[in-house]
Amino acid sequence: MAENQRTIEIEVLRYHPEKDKAPYQQVFQVPFTDDMSVLQGVQYIKDYLDGSLSFRWSCRMAICGSCGMMINGKPSLSCETFLRDYYPARVRVEALAHFPIERDLVINMEGFIEKLESIQPYIIPREARTLAQGEYLQTPEQLNVYEQFSSCINCMLCYAACPQFGLNPAFIGPGAMALLHRYNVDSRDGGKAERMELVASEEGVFHCTAVGYCSEVCPKHVDPANAVNQNKTNAAADYFLRFLAPKGGAK
Amino acid sequence: MNKRRPYVRSMDGWWRKNPFFVEYMIHEGTALFVAAYAGILLNGLLHLSRGEAAWNAWLDGLKNPWYVAFHMLALVAIGYHTYTWFKIMPRTMPPVIVGGKRLADGAITGGGLAVAAAASLALLAAVWGMAR
Amino acid sequence: MKAIRKRSNAPIFWALFGAGGMLSALLGPMLVFITGIAVPLGLLLPADTMSYANMLAFSQNLIGKGFIFAVIALFLWHAAHRIFHSLHDIGIHAGTAAKLICYGGAMLGTLIAAYALLAIGF
Repeated sequence: MAENQRTIEIEVLRYHPEKDKAPYQQVFQVPFTDDMSVLQGVQYIKDYLDGSLSFRWSCRMAICGSCGMMINGKPSLSCETFLRDYYPARVRVEALAHFPIERDLVINMEGFIEKLESIQPYIIPREARTLAQGEYLQTPEQLNVYEQFSSCINCMLCYAACPQFGLNPAFIGPGAMALLHRYNVDSRDGGKAERMELVASEEGVFHCTAVGYCSEVCPKHVDPANAVNQNKTNAAADYFLRFLAPKGGAK
Repeated sequence: MNKRRPYVRSMDGWWRKNPFFVEYMIHEGTALFVAAYAGILLNGLLHLSRGEAAWNAWLDGLKNPWYVAFHMLALVAIGYHTYTWFKIMPRTMPPVIVGGKRLADGAITGGGLAVAAAASLALLAAVWGMAR
Repeated sequence: MKAIRKRSNAPIFWALFGAGGMLSALLGPMLVFITGIAVPLGLLLPADTMSYANMLAFSQNLIGKGFIFAVIALFLWHAAHRIFHSLHDIGIHAGTAAKLICYGGAMLGTLIAAYALLAIGF
C-alpha cells in the first residue's frame, strides 16, 4: 500500500440470522488510502479482518446498482463514496434502510422484484406492426421525454430514502414508478391505460407525500419523485374523468 | 430447515434521524398554522353573520397581544409553507420544456415565488383600494 | 400474485390538498399579515379596512363570498390532509378515526362557512 496510508474506523451493522436476535454494531480498524471507496473498506474487512461479513457488490463503477448501503445514515452507492471524505471521524455502514435485513449488509429485495414485474416494464405496442413495416422511429424530442427515467439501475437507494415505503412496504415506491413512467411516456408504448390500475390503486402513487429525498439520493438523476407525482396528476385525472372517457383505467 | 430470518427494523423516530426528514416534518407542520388561521377566519365569519356588535367584539379580540403574537408566528410558518411549496414544485409538476430544454429547478421555484409575491401585492392593493 | 387492486379515493383529498396548498402558498402570508397584524395594529391600511360595513358588503358580494369560502374551506382541506399524513408519519396509524377527525373537521368547517355565508345573505 502507498506510504500515505491512514487508519479509519468503520462501524458495520452486523446480523447473522442463525445466531443473532437483532442487528448490532461492530467497529473495525481499516487502513486506507485516498483512492479507497467505502466498498473497498468493507472488502478489506472481509479479506483481512472478518471473512463472515456479507455484502453485495459487482461492478465498482456505479452502474450495476448492487452495492447500495446506508453510509452515515444516507443511502449511497458504496463504490462511489470515499473513505477520505469521512476521515478522521468514524464511518457508519448499515444495510439499506426500510428493507428487511437478510444478513449483515444484504437486504431482502423480493418485494422490489415483485413490484418491478407488476409495472409491466416493457413496451406494450400501440398497434400491432409487421416486420415489413420496419422499425419504430422516434424523434430526439420523443426520446428526451423518457430518457432520464430509463437511467434507473435498480439500486434501491430511493426506497431506502422513502419513509412512506418504510412505513408501508406495500407502497409501489419511487423506483418502480419511475420505470413505469418511462414506458408510459414512450411514444412507442400504448400501455398507459393498462398500468393505470396499479398507479391509481391503494398501493399506488398516493402514499407519496412528496418528501423528495428519493430524487436527492438517486445516483443516476432519474428524479423518481417527479415520476410519482406526475402520475398522481394522471391518476387524479383518471379518477375524475373516467366517467366521461369511454375506456381506460380500473373500475 | 430454513435459516432465513429477515430482520425488519423499526421506523420509530425515523424523521429525527436525517436533517432532510426534520425539514420535511417542519414544513408539514406548517399545516397546523394553516388550520388554526382558517379556524380564526371561520370564527370571524360566524361573528360577522351575527351582526355589528358581534363582529366588533371579534375584531377587538384580534388586538389581544397573544393573538398578534400568534399571527406573527403564523406569518413565518405560512411564509415557510410558501417557500417549501414552490421548492418542491420541480418534483411535483410535469417538466416544462422551453426551447427544447427542460426548465431548471431554480427557474420553477423562482417563478413560483415571483407569482406568489405578485399575487400578494395585488391582494394588498385590492384590499387597500376597497377600504378607501 | 395478480390480486385485484382497489382504486384509491385519495384523488378527492389530494386535489383539495393541492388547491388549498397553492392558494395558501400564494396568498396565505399576505392574508395573515392583513387580518392578523396590519389591521389589529393599525399599520399601513386605512383604519376602517375591516369595519363591519366594509366586511358585510364584501361578504354579500358574490365574488367576496366565493373568496371567503375558498380561503376557509381550501385552507382547512389542505391542513386536514397534511395533518392526516403527518399523524401516519409519526406513527399514529389510527386509520378510520384519524381520517374522520381530520377530514370530518374540514367538512364541518366547510359546512359552517357555507351556512354563515348564506346567513349573511346577498
